[in-house]
Amino acid sequence: MSWKTVIGLEVHSELNTNTKCFCGCKNEFGDKPNTNCCPVCTAMPGALPVLNRDAVERAILMGLAVGCKINNYSVFERKNYFYPDLSKAYQISQLEYPLCLGGGLEIEVDGVKKFIRLDRIHLEEDAGKLIHTPHGTLVDYNRGGVPLIEIVSKPDMNSAEEAVAYLEKLRSTLLYVGVSDCKMQEGSIRFDVNISVNREGEPLGTRTELKNLNSFKAVMRAIKYESTRQIEELEAGRPIIQETRRWDDEKGKTYAMRSKEDSQDYRYFPDPDLIPLNVTNEYIDSIRAKLPKLAPQRKKEYMEMGLTEQDATLITNEREYADFFEKVLSYFNEPKFVCNWITAEVFKKLNALEEDDRKINLNPESLAQMLKLYKDGEINQAGARKIFDILWENGDADPNELVEKLGLKQMNDTGALRAVLEKIVNDNPKAVAELKGGNEKTMAFFVGQAMKATQGKANPKLVNEIVRELIK
Amino acid sequence: MKYIDYSLSEILDLLNSKKVTAVELVNSCFEQIEATADLNALNSTYKEMALARAKEIDEARTRGEKVGALAGVPIVLKDNINFLGTKTSCASKFLENFVSPYTATCAKKLYDAGAIIIGKANMDEFAMGSSNENSAFGAVKNPVDNTCVPGGSSGGSACSVAAKQCFAALGTDTGGSIREPSSFCGVVGIKPTYGRVSRYGVVAFASSLDQVGPLTRTVRDNATMLNIISGKDEADMTTSNTAVPDFTANLDKGVKGIKIGVAKQFFTDQLSSEVSTTLKNAIEWYRQAGAEIVEVDLPSLDTALAVYYVISSAEAASNLARFDGVKYGRRAPVYKDVVDLYFKSRTQGFGAEVKRRIMLGNYVLSSGYYDAFYRKAKRVQKVIRNEFNKAFESCDVLISPTTATTAFKLGEKSNDCVAMYLTDIFTVPINIAGVPALSMPCGKDSKGLPIGMQIIAKHFNEATIYQVANAFETAHKEEK
Repeated sequence: MSWKTVIGLEVHSELNTNTKCFCGCKNEFGDKPNTNCCPVCTAMPGALPVLNRDAVERAILMGLAVGCKINNYSVFERKNYFYPDLSKAYQISQLEYPLCLGGGLEIEVDGVKKFIRLDRIHLEEDAGKLIHTPHGTLVDYNRGGVPLIEIVSKPDMNSAEEAVAYLEKLRSTLLYVGVSDCKMQEGSIRFDVNISVNREGEPLGTRTELKNLNSFKAVMRAIKYESTRQIEELEAGRPIIQETRRWDDEKGKTYAMRSKEDSQDYRYFPDPDLIPLNVTNEYIDSIRAKLPKLAPQRKKEYMEMGLTEQDATLITNEREYADFFEKVLSYFNEPKFVCNWITAEVFKKLNALEEDDRKINLNPESLAQMLKLYKDGEINQAGARKIFDILWENGDADPNELVEKLGLKQMNDTGALRAVLEKIVNDNPKAVAELKGGNEKTMAFFVGQAMKATQGKANPKLVNEIVRELIK
Repeated sequence: MKYIDYSLSEILDLLNSKKVTAVELVNSCFEQIEATADLNALNSTYKEMALARAKEIDEARTRGEKVGALAGVPIVLKDNINFLGTKTSCASKFLENFVSPYTATCAKKLYDAGAIIIGKANMDEFAMGSSNENSAFGAVKNPVDNTCVPGGSSGGSACSVAAKQCFAALGTDTGGSIREPSSFCGVVGIKPTYGRVSRYGVVAFASSLDQVGPLTRTVRDNATMLNIISGKDEADMTTSNTAVPDFTANLDKGVKGIKIGVAKQFFTDQLSSEVSTTLKNAIEWYRQAGAEIVEVDLPSLDTALAVYYVISSAEAASNLARFDGVKYGRRAPVYKDVVDLYFKSRTQGFGAEVKRRIMLGNYVLSSGYYDAFYRKAKRVQKVIRNEFNKAFESCDVLISPTTATTAFKLGEKSNDCVAMYLTDIFTVPINIAGVPALSMPCGKDSKGLPIGMQIIAKHFNEATIYQVANAFETAHKEEK
């Protein structure tokens, strides 16, 4: 019987609130160590946490976006463990009564759609960061107390591809909802993978938990490695040990970190400093009203504008693309034309960047101007690309000026073009004969020659028309 | 009569009528502190800071400016209350040199009202104890009989007030830590309703039970102090929005028509006959003064102590985990790695009682025991709370002894922690129920040691407690 891999994911995502979850300190990545700190987040004796309502609102927004039930009653608990980056020696989290329950996301892998169920989303605080130096280990508490949501899936995924598709969809949703910036390199989104294997039809196997996965690629590789490892162990008659394993990205392997036996007892109990969180249905509804338009709805709207399903999917994959698309349309309302340029040319630029740096660096108005020039035949494709390259590097560049400056204006003067083409037709009787004989590919030769003679300014459409006229 | 012999209320009158200056008061308090230094009531004093503040206040008063309700009154804070720039040691070696980087809300309110903070009071380490013998800086002595304990954990606060080193002190009460020492030292101390006074800046022992309250020489002084420190604090989510009345408003209304509840569960065999007789006499006085005495039932009262040691220890274990040697406080001089750093710093920094509670607390929270201990204790807490609420349907206040006996000898119970824990049987249920309770002197035993009477009311009804307490105090002024 064949092996089945079962995967569940825990995703931690930092919320982009202005201040921390339980004090008024700035929530800001990259500031000087220990500058965004106060008695509360450094656990001075006697300091008390005060819940940031904004963090609650953002967690609820995300819960609503993925169809969770928002609990009217939820409780913050203390997760007790010692670690130098955890100032209070406990993390404020939720266990028995989380803020959001259920919900899920639809993913698509190789054309097959699948619904991945969520177990819960709860609100908690982040820990600080250790900085290892030659003189010892230092602690930076700037991140300590930053609000996090933990999104826990059901074990509904059965391949690395499904797991990554789920993560991509989740990340996209977080960005759509606008509650997290999801930067993997800054650690604002982090993943833990629970994985087990079992033979088809048999009960679930013992699972291991994978840590230190810093990119989608690492998740993909780690799952593939780990499921293979587990299958090999079982086939060799060795049982799987329930343990936490660390992914080593360089070696491409997972290593045992700690087993269940020496796992910690977190001694959770309700935090007596924080009263239970009561959210009314009215409050939940008021948050629901703030929910931005999400991918499925936008996709539908774009298809009504005339986009194909495939294009509509591509352009709504990330909120940034869809927002940008809509902004360009507000200046130049040609959905198909604009979409084609974004999915071809803009995506090509983005794909050349690191995952975290994929940001559209374009002024939508400038792009709209350029596309209009192109559509109107003022410039040709080569010219459009040239201008696009410049716009990508320099947001202030003006497409109309660039057309002048670079002399990209197409030669639309029929008389002048006819003169050029008459010479080309006369000089190339063999090609004329071929075209006349029905070899349409020969037209490309004439266009090429015309471009050469006009330094790339000839309007190819006109060239086509005139050549056909001349050889009649 | 010396300045220090006046009550806080009397001294305020003298200050406001400019018959005495704050500087004079600070100086006379410090004379008394020196004269009674052997009591070991204070862990640190701030004479220079106090005199500077006193001078400011005197000058403001001379200029005719509006001054705060406590302007010029020297007070003492328990050593677990942060006040910027002062040491907050919690009477622990762990925080021996810890200087507060910020100020607790209750201390800020007192400061803003013009009170002058002259020192920080000795206590049982991290407020864990009933005799003040668990201090890393030595036991406090009872000012009435210096061979006796002053009670704990706010023993330094009670002693300082009783010894007239200050006009009032703040203490904290998790299971009786204000009321028991008040009873032993013969002063007035209140544990307000949970949520009445902000805990922000007060080093936590058991967060769901801790409450700050004043210790004073008279009931009126106490009400005056509570007026200042009460109220909602945005920095403490467990403070209540309930309106804060003027606690001095009803002081002279008498007890005619007041229903006083007496529960037999408070009058057990453990009670010494002298305490029992004195309390019964006090209740009889109330009856004659026009109060109605009703019998009430608190059938689960005897479970409170067990509930208390489960809940308070669980919270303490977690609250004290931040003392890890990483950020501040004691760090072991030699250690192998970070786990060794925790282990050694905490082993060296904490005293025996604190360690006992941490171990107990971690045990009751640990996997497999949580339901049997912590969850069950929380359930029983609800039962006790409901019994108190029910009792208050038929009475305005409950009266009980604060402690079963008067102050015991230094060293008498220090090797028997269960005997020590039993000292708190009448005070602990109050914290479990979250209701307010005050202890005041109601007589003396044959050795001349004060006997404490506990007056309990329903949630946020401190005003009635003060009314009932003041009636007794006023009638018995001569005997004092």
